Amino acid sequence: MEYQNLFTQVQAVTTPHHGVALQGPDNHERTSSPFLVHLAGRLGNAQIGPLYLGKVGLVSALCFIFAFTIVGFNMLVQVNYDPIQFVRQLFWLSLDPPAPEYGLRLAPLNQGGWWNIAGFFLTVSVLLWWVRVYRRARALQMGTHVAWAFAAAIWLFLVLGLIRPVLMGSWAEAVPFGIFSHLDWTAAFSIRYGNLFYNPFHMLSIAFLYGSALLFAMHGATILAVSQYGGDREVEQIVDRGSASERAALFWRWTMGFNATMESIHRWAWWFAILCPLTGGIGILLTGTVVDNWYLWGVKHGIAPPYPDMWGMPTVDPQTLQGAK
Amino acid sequence: MMPNRTTWIAMILVGASLLSGCERPPIDTVQTGFRGTGMALVYNPRTLEKTESLHQAPAALDPADKSGPRARQVYQNVKVLGDLSVGEFTRVMVSMTQWIAPEQGCGYCHNLQNFADDSMYTKVVARRMTQMTQHLNASWKSHVADTGVTCYTCHRGQAVPNQVWFAPDNSRLAKGMLGQRNGQNEPAASVGGSSLPKDPFTAYLLKDTPIRQISQTALPQGINSTGSSTQMTEATYGLMMHMSNGLGVNCAFCHNSRNFSDWKQSPPQRVTAYHGIRMVRELNNEFISPLTSTFPPNRLGPKGDVAKVNCATCHQGAYKPLYGEPMAKLYPELQGPAVKLVKTTLADRATK
Repeated sequence: MEYQNLFTQVQAVTTPHHGVALQGPDNHERTSSPFLVHLAGRLGNAQIGPLYLGKVGLVSALCFIFAFTIVGFNMLVQVNYDPIQFVRQLFWLSLDPPAPEYGLRLAPLNQGGWWNIAGFFLTVSVLLWWVRVYRRARALQMGTHVAWAFAAAIWLFLVLGLIRPVLMGSWAEAVPFGIFSHLDWTAAFSIRYGNLFYNPFHMLSIAFLYGSALLFAMHGATILAVSQYGGDREVEQIVDRGSASERAALFWRWTMGFNATMESIHRWAWWFAILCPLTGGIGILLTGTVVDNWYLWGVKHGIAPPYPDMWGMPTVDPQTLQGAK
Repeated sequence: MMPNRTTWIAMILVGASLLSGCERPPIDTVQTGFRGTGMALVYNPRTLEKTESLHQAPAALDPADKSGPRARQVYQNVKVLGDLSVGEFTRVMVSMTQWIAPEQGCGYCHNLQNFADDSMYTKVVARRMTQMTQHLNASWKSHVADTGVTCYTCHRGQAVPNQVWFAPDNSRLAKGMLGQRNGQNEPAASVGGSSLPKDPFTAYLLKDTPIRQISQTALPQGINSTGSSTQMTEATYGLMMHMSNGLGVNCAFCHNSRNFSDWKQSPPQRVTAYHGIRMVRELNNEFISPLTSTFPPNRLGPKGDVAKVNCATCHQGAYKPLYGEPMAKLYPELQGPAVKLVKTTLADRATK
């Protein structure tokens, strides 16, 4: 039963290492002496460090700090610098984009201008962080799968905050920086464009989102279930199928007739994960630019069936009646 | 390794605290539309029980004799109810006292030395409110039907109704360089504690801001050709939250949420609500706002505006005020006539 625990059971306690030796200028940019933290080892690897920031990472971090500070101070002023109210109202507070009448012009700072500035720095920060992720992977002579997965998320981020608002000719269409306010935006966006559930790309995105969660649960559970046979040493099991891999594979053939391999399960997971924001971004991009009411679009294409009438006679819009107030 | 007792207790405590903000089951649902479409109204019977007394109409006084001399022949300065018999007139006056100023009595509106005197602002307001009630019963049957309203529908034994609204004062944050609230993003009671735009009343129940934001065509007719926007949709959403809260109902009372804008799929209640919005707008513009200068400053809001009406003023959390008790039927004195309105626009009033 030891393996059925929330926390990692095995910690390798050894002299902290700096990782593989590399060619080029990157070695000396690893800073700080690595050290072991027992608590970190309960969740993941016990070793903290060495760190690498580099020039790109530094600029990215600075841009993020700018954006974070702009949003944070706008929220602080909203509660008159009251720390208690700041905590109590934190989920409500928000930095909103300009009103529709400003279009794509820069609004006065306190009427949405700060939103543009914060959005600019956040975008630069995220893009530079992508460069950093890509270049670190290359430096280690790894594949760039992580960078491309991150790029899928950045695609959705850019569609929401930059590409679609520009196509619509209005920053007001973009998402506010705030917890509840961005949820309000989501609800209002769906309602304004006639119910996003009828958007096929939204459907795909949800399928990949839930599919990712399902695959993650299946994979995690399978590996934990065979870890007493060495199943957590997945890489070795790819080329040298041991007892763990055989059991896991047979389990899934028994339960669903087909199984992933120790390698392919990670491809499945990767594609499901990146397709979620990729299809979602397409769905958002089409909304308002190509399709204005997804429900009516669904009626037109036969995916929204009519409901039987329940109220005797159809309700009539009073505005269409003569003499209506 | 089985979790030990401490772990169990901790897990139960964490679970309980996560659930502490929820309403406990059972919750009643009433199906109103086709099966499986989620057209259902949701009620918590314990909440309804708690608020039951608020929605009970008081006993009406015995009907008065319609014959005999008219009120205006007997009393001086009777401008609105002068055609009533003295008996009817007295009945209305006594009822109004019970409905509006049960503790303060006649002296809340009248100079007790001279009842005909107009020096108290409360009397001037009450006269106009009486006209408003008559007007509403006569010309807004599209909303109040034959159920009608009396003073009690709003007042419920209080001089100022429980649920009124003032324009919010946003001037503190408007001046600075930082911290624009954008008229939203705070837990505002007016929109059910959500972060939606908190003053739907000025825009929709005083001004005539377009409520409809949902596109009526599958494809766009030119980018942003309808003039609607996601932000304006949020403002409409705020109004809908107020209506939902004010009436104690969920969206499905008036809408089919798969397509909020389609009338053919909407329950008929939506038509009543449509007229209600226009009715409230007329009351605020034609009867209530013109009284602003009549009220003393301590009765006015932070921006110097008078207390105005919204859906909750009458409904107070019930889908029909007083659960549809046709109280006004017992008061023929308040059944009309409609007031001839000089339709003034806000722009007109601003220049006056």
